[in-house]
Amino acid sequence: MTSTEPIPSAEPVLATALKDWHQSRNGRMVDFAGWLMPVQYSSIIEEHTATREAVGIFDVSHMGRFYFDGPEIDRFLDSLTTRRVAGVEQGKIRYSLMTNERGTILDDVLVYHLARPNGKSQYMMVVNAGNRRKIYEWIMQHIPGRGITLDDQTLESAMIAVQGPMACDIIDNISAQNPKELPYYTGAYSTVCGYEAIVSRTGYTGEDGCEIIVSKTAAEEVASEIADRSASVGGRPVGLGARDTLRLEAAMPLYGHELTEGINASQTDLNFAINLKDRDFVGRAAIVAAKKRTDLPVRVGLELDGRRAAREECTLHVVDKQVGFVTSGTFAPTLQKAISMGYVLPEYSALGTPIIVNIRGKTAQAVVVKLPFYSRY
Amino acid sequence: MDPSQLKYAETHEWVFVDGDVATVGITSHAVEQLTDLVYMYLPAVGSQVSAGSPFGEVESVKATSDLYSPIDGEVMEVNSTLPDNLDLLNSDPYGKGWIMKVKLSSTDAVGKLMDQAAYEKQCADHG
Repeated sequence: MTSTEPIPSAEPVLATALKDWHQSRNGRMVDFAGWLMPVQYSSIIEEHTATREAVGIFDVSHMGRFYFDGPEIDRFLDSLTTRRVAGVEQGKIRYSLMTNERGTILDDVLVYHLARPNGKSQYMMVVNAGNRRKIYEWIMQHIPGRGITLDDQTLESAMIAVQGPMACDIIDNISAQNPKELPYYTGAYSTVCGYEAIVSRTGYTGEDGCEIIVSKTAAEEVASEIADRSASVGGRPVGLGARDTLRLEAAMPLYGHELTEGINASQTDLNFAINLKDRDFVGRAAIVAAKKRTDLPVRVGLELDGRRAAREECTLHVVDKQVGFVTSGTFAPTLQKAISMGYVLPEYSALGTPIIVNIRGKTAQAVVVKLPFYSRY
Repeated sequence: MDPSQLKYAETHEWVFVDGDVATVGITSHAVEQLTDLVYMYLPAVGSQVSAGSPFGEVESVKATSDLYSPIDGEVMEVNSTLPDNLDLLNSDPYGKGWIMKVKLSSTDAVGKLMDQAAYEKQCADHG
């Protein structure tokens, strides 16, 4: 058999602080965006279900972590993000896109405005692993001559996502900061297992949960403590395979699939992350112009008949006309259905529109459905 | 079927040859590597298969993989219960998990297949 998985990157392979930890737990390691990461430890379905029903523990240390220092950082970052991040109060974390002058997407990022233990502001950004160098260079290119510095701490730290209905309870037992006291999309400096940590109420699974950033040296001990405590409630470590099925059910976009430099921010249906009023940022004019167009495909969710998944690069048709393309898809373990996200021309994007999917030369019937596919509420 | 009596393709299919009829399936190693199988696409009875070309596909939660025919001939029968009982590939990959029976048009390709020892060595070397 030959698999149709993404082509591995040609860059040298980096390892997170938890590489040995994954291997000792039978993690099946693959090259992902230049990092050696576990795709699964046992079964993707079991790992997916454990996250929906109890706790999933994810090594997300490959995500880029940039720390900023200097004056008026929020105003600087605001000039590069589609979402307003200037003037956001301490503790808050904002999901945003970063776009180029054409309004097409360089990355999707989280901008953290944290309160340091001394009360001062710390601005931080989490970027996709595959875009770390690109975004670093993009920021450096735009950084003003007013003393703002950027420190890439990705290789010096680890980031662990703990997701699922029992995730916050597990972390409450080992953290000075009870994550349940953090509103959704906020974060705080705290300690976890006695180590300095940033704890945030964030994630990429559609479940409640939190993410923890600790130093590289603390990573194994913290991960083991979380795994041991989670095991008693049915929790387990989860690889990239289930991370993908979980985020797909929650309809969260993935860079390189739903978001690329070929897609304008206006097409993504992520309007909550695009603030056009009374502000300017790189790409704004092009996004405003693209919003007026009616010929640009828009992001939709598709549910397919049968169990066969329509994955990236499958094409979408109405009668004989190609009306769009699939950006990602899978058989959804929680929903027990084949689901896809993709882009279709606006006139075919209404809920309930029947669409034919060409899956590697064979056709399947699909229908446009509301996103997200899965919601925990 | 006794795995020691089967022939193996590099692409992880097994073949049992009885006269001019070959039974084809996928190995336990392949099933282990795939995990989380959700779907299988079988060839039509009467269709021609040729060595090294795809004859069907198997889909796991993670990816879609082609199944490659290890032999040349015409599909006589397919295991039509298999797509709805993919667990058979886990529980009995060399028996109830068979995929298709092929009337051989030539035995040329059969001679190029590996025996069990050579196949196991390939799995150990390349995973």
